[in-house]
Amino acid sequence: MERQAGLFLPDRAIGRTGLAPARLAAFVRRHRLAPYLLLAPALAGIGLVLLWPLAQVVVYSFQNYGLPQVTGAEPTQWVGLANFTQTFTDPEFWLSLRITVLFALIAVPLTLVVGTLVGLLLNRLGPKMAAFVSTSALLAWSVPPVAASVLFYWLFNPDGGLVDWTLARMPHWLVGNTDWAGFNWTTSDALHAYTVLLILVVWQAFPFIAVAVLAGLKTVPAELYEAARVDGAGPVSVFRRITYPLLKPIFLVLLLFSVIWDFNIFTQTYFITGFPGNRDEFNLSLYIYDKAFQFPPSYSLGGALALIFTLILLVVTVGYVRAAIRQGALT
Amino acid sequence: MKKVKAVSLNGTAVIVALITLFPVLWMISTAFKPSQEIYSQTPDLWPQHPTFGNFSTVIGGQASGIGTVFLFFRNSIAVALATVLIASLLSLLAAVAVARFRFRFRASFLIMLLIVQMIPGQALIIALFLDFAGLNLIQNLLGLVVVYSAQALPVSIWMLRNFVATVPKELEEAAAIDGASAPRVFWRILFPLVAPGLVATSIFAFITAYNEFIVALTFLGQSHSLYTLPIYVTYFFGRGGAEWGPIMAASTLYTIPVMIFFLVVRRRLVGGLVAGAVKG
Repeated sequence: MERQAGLFLPDRAIGRTGLAPARLAAFVRRHRLAPYLLLAPALAGIGLVLLWPLAQVVVYSFQNYGLPQVTGAEPTQWVGLANFTQTFTDPEFWLSLRITVLFALIAVPLTLVVGTLVGLLLNRLGPKMAAFVSTSALLAWSVPPVAASVLFYWLFNPDGGLVDWTLARMPHWLVGNTDWAGFNWTTSDALHAYTVLLILVVWQAFPFIAVAVLAGLKTVPAELYEAARVDGAGPVSVFRRITYPLLKPIFLVLLLFSVIWDFNIFTQTYFITGFPGNRDEFNLSLYIYDKAFQFPPSYSLGGALALIFTLILLVVTVGYVRAAIRQGALT
Repeated sequence: MKKVKAVSLNGTAVIVALITLFPVLWMISTAFKPSQEIYSQTPDLWPQHPTFGNFSTVIGGQASGIGTVFLFFRNSIAVALATVLIASLLSLLAAVAVARFRFRFRASFLIMLLIVQMIPGQALIIALFLDFAGLNLIQNLLGLVVVYSAQALPVSIWMLRNFVATVPKELEEAAAIDGASAPRVFWRILFPLVAPGLVATSIFAFITAYNEFIVALTFLGQSHSLYTLPIYVTYFFGRGGAEWGPIMAASTLYTIPVMIFFLVVRRRLVGGLVAGAVKG
């Protein structure tokens, strides 16, 4: 009844009689707009907060954008590739890049190996022991990065830290001839600071790997292992022939995630290297942050660096997307 | 032979668990130690004379000089809860779109989520800082909520999508045939069934916001009263003077809510994260 009446009413009246929603619904249905309407809010959020800033950073990287340009005291100019040439001629950039790559090269495999070993261990333990180990791992995992970094700074502190105290009481044949009492891990050199960071990162990240590997192991049919045991296969060949091929998709994702995490690492390096103090201990993240925000801030240099950084990580991301598509994640 | 194997296996397990737990125990132990025990020449694993002194200076606000720890708790919880609400709502709507509809750009949208998830925060922070400064959203907790909600979306949508996909479509169709409107179907049928997924994404969003460092560090500047817990701990730590007792007490208080969360949802968390990473 109402619908028919609506045909003879002017548009304004429809709004008042409450017919507009019905017409709107029909419009949405006719044009199949529902999915787009449902997506719109999320898309707006991602677009405005994640994609638009990225586009801006690209623009900044070809300009001379700093404090005078933000306040309007000086005009913003296009400077071509000047920011990139300045970056590529800065020895500090190459040092920070080297530190970042070397750290990831060591931290990623170590985290994966430790996490996988603990995952395999969890799979073979009785229920009570497995609960004990996984709860410990969960507690370590739950410590927020800032709290974990401060905690490790304290553990490795030259003044009252437990690690120096312990090392100083160990025989020299075991711990070398360094005078460990009062040894400063964070300011001595990059090698020692990143040793602390390696332990910290592995400690924080292995629980996730272990539990993810364990979840994968639970899906492997027990008959496979039994058959292998009957055939007399050892633990190494069982892992190589059965576990690894079946868990390959999980391992691939964990590898890509670990590379991204260890390459990006900021919070932990910020604390352990004592930002902004020790410039020779910067990784790429700290170097970018320093260029962009330490006085005088250069948003353009920071932007150029952020662009370089994103492009490097894009290589990993492409691998991730391909892995996801191959596993049918888009269907 | 079998017994030897069991003993060595369980022995390894105990060692792994103790090494893993040790830093956490050391944090809590230091928090309860009086200062002469903290800087003792012969440190003990457990406090000999346990004290609440470190906690009371953290709660009283004398230790940091910028206020009681509860103020920063309130800021952190408010930001995290607002993030959870916004991220859950937006990601649920988007998850329904990608799980229930076939439309143009659907695959592109999903691929975009995967890529966006990988963009490092350090790459965006410069533009975010300048944009949000222009909108008066720095030195403002709302600014953090906006950034955190957007950052939580890609993973939340992926996680929820799998939950929505497991709800049988026939259930919704049956309700629709019985005359239920679309919103009614959504609230009465879909919502209760994806509730476990919402719990998982909520916890993910909460922890993302609660742990976040670089954006809060950059946005909050010198506005001490707006500090979230990680920035409060950072300020405290950076002030020098190395008051490890109060710093560890503050870190312990900061960590406890996440620990409880993790223990409560231990199974779902991992399943959700792995499902979010790759469709199982």
